[in-house]
Amino acid sequence: MSVLRPLDKLPSLNTATILLVGTEDALLQQLVDSMLKEDCTSELKVHLAKSLPLPSSVNPPRIDLIVFVVNLHSKYSLQNTEESLHHVDASFFLGKVCFLATGAGRESHCSIHQHTVVKLVHTYQSPLLYCDLEVPCSWVPTSLSLLTWLAQGLSEWPGSQASAALTDG
Amino acid sequence: MDETVAEFIKRTILKIPMNELITILKAWDFLSENQLQTINFRQRKESLVQHLVRLCEEKHASLNDAALLDIIYTQFHQHQKIWDVFQMSKGPVTVSFRETEENAVWIRIAWGTQYTKPNQYKPTYVVYYSQTPYAFTSSSRLRRNAPLLGQALTVASKHHQIVKMDLRSRYLDSLKAIVFKQYNQIFETHNSTTPLQERNLGLDINMDSRIIHENIAEKERVQQITQETFGDYPQPRLEFAQYKLETKFKSDLNGSILAEREEPLRCLIKFSSPHLLEALKSLAPAGIADAPLSPLLTCIPNKRMNYFKIRDK
Repeated sequence: MSVLRPLDKLPSLNTATILLVGTEDALLQQLVDSMLKEDCTSELKVHLAKSLPLPSSVNPPRIDLIVFVVNLHSKYSLQNTEESLHHVDASFFLGKVCFLATGAGRESHCSIHQHTVVKLVHTYQSPLLYCDLEVPCSWVPTSLSLLTWLAQGLSEWPGSQASAALTDG
Repeated sequence: MDETVAEFIKRTILKIPMNELITILKAWDFLSENQLQTINFRQRKESLVQHLVRLCEEKHASLNDAALLDIIYTQFHQHQKIWDVFQMSKGPVTVSFRETEENAVWIRIAWGTQYTKPNQYKPTYVVYYSQTPYAFTSSSRLRRNAPLLGQALTVASKHHQIVKMDLRSRYLDSLKAIVFKQYNQIFETHNSTTPLQERNLGLDINMDSRIIHENIAEKERVQQITQETFGDYPQPRLEFAQYKLETKFKSDLNGSILAEREEPLRCLIKFSSPHLLEALKSLAPAGIADAPLSPLLTCIPNKRMNYFKIRDK
């Protein structure tokens, strides 16, 4: 079974890796660009995937934080997230997973109830961040939040150098 | 004499009551006096009819002759039909023509009634392509003129029947391209040997090495399917697609209230966009829908429809 496991690989020195999982490239790309700009240390790597399991399951990369991006305007996006969650090992949910729900601002375009996402997020005991990735001014605060979570998650693994590197920026 | 004509005459004569037979045959004035005298009215009707049909054959009765007999029979039995009443009037109409280069004739029609002059501010336009059986008309608020317009077009273009296609848009050029199946001929010299990766995958691959795209294969698959479905050419421009669904609930459970409904369920779904087909084409590459898209959406230019009625089979 192709499941992502956090301890499959040893953490590499001074590197942290985020995996963004979401169906809409355009939204993810903006977030990635913003995150890389905020992270000045070039220790950050970002993987973009439409869904899990990853095609490179044969040699999966080490992932320090998985961010599931759900577009509240798209049932397809939610469905994709729910299916991808099955391919994540349970131990990831101890601080290495978070959810990003975008599009709540335009209620008339929402085809998913916020309640649905909240329920999902509670099931997986992970944090949820609301944002609007279609609005440029939200990119910086969103990416800073993600980087903070990443640092938190990393700091729970003793001996990890990457979190120190991130907070220097 | 044709077999069908013989059968037609036979059945018509069979309908005629015996006591009217002579009168009707005389009114028909097709069989000669001599022939009529050979008829034996005492025999059984079947044999009588066969005899009459033979007589008609001798005289080489045609379809027109048989139709005339039918008219006379109906005249004698008018009450067997139900009659409607129509009143005709001569309404004034302003018609103007202008030809364009591509064999297209633009026709402008302003409609009046027997009481009013033509209304020049609500004309109907028809663009007729003379080498084709197609005419494009602007939607008129004066709907009652539509049948008349249809008839006029049919007669003028020497056709027999006119049918409104389920296709509608603001963009006449696009409608033309769809109707004449010319929408896929635009890029004849397009170089389709460029490898897929270099061609507009929607992402810059030679960028930051800190970004790793995990789903390149999937993106290529989507791109491939999209290209196969929509082609490389610009899509004809439509603003909407409308689907009317009529169905009944089905249930395996007994006594399901919804399944017992007599009335079918009806719903209407309308997709709107400044450029519907381009929007549909970009759905899968943008990650908003999975590829391949539903054939109900992708068949629009091919089927030359953007209004659909979907019923249970």
